[in-house]
Amino acid sequence: MTSLLVIIVLVLLAVAVWQLTKIFDLTQVASTSDNSQIATDDDNNVQGYLMFGFLAFIYIFTIYGVYTWGPLVLHTPASDHGALIDNLMNITWVLIFTVQAITQVLLHYFAFKYRGNKDKRALYFADNNKLEAIWSVIPAVVLAGLILYGLYAWTNIMFIDEDDDTVVVELYAQQFKWTARYAGGDNVLGKANVRLIEGVNTLGVDLSDPYAQDDIVVSELHIPKGKKVHFKMRSQDVLHSAYFPYFRAQMNCVPGMVTEFAFTPIYTTAEYQAMPFMIEKVANINAIRAKKSLELVAKGETGLDPYTFDYLLLCNKICGASHYNMQMKVIVDTPEDYKKWLSDKATLVSEVKASKAEPAAPDTTSGKDSTLAKDTAAVAKIAMK
Amino acid sequence: MSAEGHDHGQDHEHEHHHKDTFITKYIFSIDHKMIAKQYLLTGIIMGVIGVGMSMLFRMQLAWPEESFKIFNILLGDKWAPNGVMANDIYLSLVTIHGTIMVFFVLTAGLSGTFSNLLIPLQIGARDMASGFMNMISYWLFFLSSVIMVCSLFIESGPANAGWTIYPPLSALPQAISGSGLGMTLWLVSMAIFIASSLMGSLNYVVTVINLRTKGMSMTRLPLTIWAFFVTAIIGIVSFPVLLSAALLLIFDRSFGTSFFLSDIYIAGEVLHYQGGSPVLFEHLFWFLGHPEVYIVILPALGITSEIIATNSRKPIFGYRAMIMSIIAIAFLSTIVWGHHMFISGMNPFLGSVFTFTTLLIAIPSAVKAFNYITTLWKGNLQMNPAMLFSIGLVSTFITGGLTGIILGDSTLDINVHDTYFVVAHFHLVMGISALYGMFAGVYHWYPKMFGRMLNKNLGYVHFWVTAICAYGVFFPMHFIGLAGLPRRYYTNTNFPLFDDLQNVNVLITTFALIGGAFQLVFLYNFFVSIFYGKKAVQNPWKSNTLEWTTPVEHIHGNWPGEIPHVHRWPYDYSNPAHEEDFVPQTVPMKEGEVVLHH
Repeated sequence: MTSLLVIIVLVLLAVAVWQLTKIFDLTQVASTSDNSQIATDDDNNVQGYLMFGFLAFIYIFTIYGVYTWGPLVLHTPASDHGALIDNLMNITWVLIFTVQAITQVLLHYFAFKYRGNKDKRALYFADNNKLEAIWSVIPAVVLAGLILYGLYAWTNIMFIDEDDDTVVVELYAQQFKWTARYAGGDNVLGKANVRLIEGVNTLGVDLSDPYAQDDIVVSELHIPKGKKVHFKMRSQDVLHSAYFPYFRAQMNCVPGMVTEFAFTPIYTTAEYQAMPFMIEKVANINAIRAKKSLELVAKGETGLDPYTFDYLLLCNKICGASHYNMQMKVIVDTPEDYKKWLSDKATLVSEVKASKAEPAAPDTTSGKDSTLAKDTAAVAKIAMK
Repeated sequence: MSAEGHDHGQDHEHEHHHKDTFITKYIFSIDHKMIAKQYLLTGIIMGVIGVGMSMLFRMQLAWPEESFKIFNILLGDKWAPNGVMANDIYLSLVTIHGTIMVFFVLTAGLSGTFSNLLIPLQIGARDMASGFMNMISYWLFFLSSVIMVCSLFIESGPANAGWTIYPPLSALPQAISGSGLGMTLWLVSMAIFIASSLMGSLNYVVTVINLRTKGMSMTRLPLTIWAFFVTAIIGIVSFPVLLSAALLLIFDRSFGTSFFLSDIYIAGEVLHYQGGSPVLFEHLFWFLGHPEVYIVILPALGITSEIIATNSRKPIFGYRAMIMSIIAIAFLSTIVWGHHMFISGMNPFLGSVFTFTTLLIAIPSAVKAFNYITTLWKGNLQMNPAMLFSIGLVSTFITGGLTGIILGDSTLDINVHDTYFVVAHFHLVMGISALYGMFAGVYHWYPKMFGRMLNKNLGYVHFWVTAICAYGVFFPMHFIGLAGLPRRYYTNTNFPLFDDLQNVNVLITTFALIGGAFQLVFLYNFFVSIFYGKKAVQNPWKSNTLEWTTPVEHIHGNWPGEIPHVHRWPYDYSNPAHEEDFVPQTVPMKEGEVVLHH
């Protein structure tokens, strides 16, 4: 079946080429004797008009694209600094569209207007310092503006003031999953190293560190609305990138070092879901999914679940075969809900204790701690080597 | 003086080299024209492989995890059981597509072909400074191509960590299937490729500096030569850095060093690596990787400058400004690599610096674009296929270049980094543009290479379908990138969020398949015309440059008699002081003729 299709496509293609060359041949009827394979005046004419047509194509395609696919583009940022980025983006877009519109018109219109003719002669115009100066200085001035605005925004976003009242959260990346660690009451993360990974302690947290005692490890990220969240990122194996498209935030996770990004969410998940554009988007997606489900069910497979919007954390740096499915749900709560959610979670230390208690059954806590300390010391020795 | 001295030497050698065997003429040739053809042919074969791969993964993206018989035929039972593409091989296809297109097609295929063909012919030299090194350069390139192609057939699959091969993914076989033997072959192939590229570049630089004919001052060089010359210098400066990155990565992979690796826990065990940093690799990689973009695009722009001037029957506008902008772009290109790393975890202050230098590149680029447009103004445009591709190049260079203002701005890069927006941007500005430059060059200098003409009507069909499909593929791609869709995802079906982008992906793939299929028209035209094309005249495009003063039939040493002397710049088209609308560089200045350009 497929091979038949391929053959049909190839035949149609050959016919199309033949037809098109025929058309170009016909345009050269006037000069049938010419077989030099060099453009004649008739060629210049036809190609000149086609250039003009191509200009129309670019314009129509651009307008069609903006109209049809424009709504798909991310907008209404869900973070505090997002407006700054989007504002700079919009200014840049105005500039880009203006330059694009003007230059493409000039380029293709000239290609049409000055199409060659035996009787014409080109203007000998080799140089003009004034013109050169104009189109060096104007871009320079415009770019200077963009650079300054860009650097202002960049500095605001990237330099995190350690004294700020923030919620410190560790994002931990591994093939192909995300984990989060909350700093707890002291708002300081305990030290960690992959050499300390053991059992329940999948993040390699140094359990002897006093700061680690109140750390909480979870697999679903909750963050409070209106409060700056300071993410510290680690990776245990390869490069990953923590990408929060709706929050205009992204940072790579690099094995061997801690990277940072901070942002303040400004809409709770529920608020963002209730926005008119989002309701429309979700309805659209669900219509697509419903259609696909019908096809799947007809084939005897299970249908798709309807979709509800959630903020997501995606991996955006190729990290292995299943890179395409490395994600974590992000929930923005009201500060009260967030506090409540977090207070229900057990600390890592207590979880480690519980897990040790289970298989090994009754043993004194102090004994366990000492073995752990010994392990840590041993690991540290290996690390030293 | 030196040029003349050389002249005698070459003539002498020339007399003793008449008896060519098949092997010395077609295989181990030291003639730059034959080596150029070898580069072109190898580049075309690699191009077919590279473009073919993109067709396959575009099909997977449009119709994810659907069964296609062609997948099973081409990829085999292991990688496409029942015709469904596996996720490992998807990443391999993406990786090898990038590698082949950037290095093997657009670096070696483009620069290798036209630098070799045109440098001696346009500066008036008998051959390259070292014909032997030139031959070695080609054969190393051939060897590296063979190794790269061989890596497609091994048990564990070809490299699939992306063409940027960031460690630790590329360093650890535990992390991904292609990081075993596949990556070893990739690294070996690239190391050989770099050696080849360096030999080529050294040869180009030495030849341009030393072997120009009498009267050919640096400011009488065609812009093609300026572009090749500066490109070669960038290559010499930056390729060795990639070689060292590759060597250090080989050390990490095979000898247990920790240049790029630290604190890794994978597959249930802690690895011994300590103290290295993947960010270091990123710096080394992009120290080549970004200049590489200009290594690809500058020769294309040089070719375009020549073709637009010739076919507009007008001098290129702002010849000196064009040279200055080539040099400015080349210089800036070596200090902007960090814009690939804004969110790599490097110090944000460094990001500010790289934003500044990156956006500066827009200025010389804008100068070039405006100069091309002004060259068309009041011209007498001869719409040969080469001219169409050159105009197409200016169009895609502008469209693709403008979105660079977004990606070069660290603030805006945060949210579009590694999305399809990036893919759309660089494919237009360096992929499609450079391919257009390559096609333009082939259409323009085909008569010089093969002594025959390409069929122009097939050329027109080839251009128009390609032009529409190129925009059809990459224009919509900006939108799905701005919607937040990450690149290098095998399928987007795990994110219902992106379900509404699927029909855009289908459209893109449709354009890609049509555009890809129509390249067959070019291949047909190319190969059939070698044997059956219309015989070319000596100077079919009425061009000023020296290559058109050589006989149509190729001879060793290029000119049968003495090397012609040069008396004027190469862009005296429609000079009012002359009857004809072109004045070859070999025509002496008339008495009282003034130089009309600065």
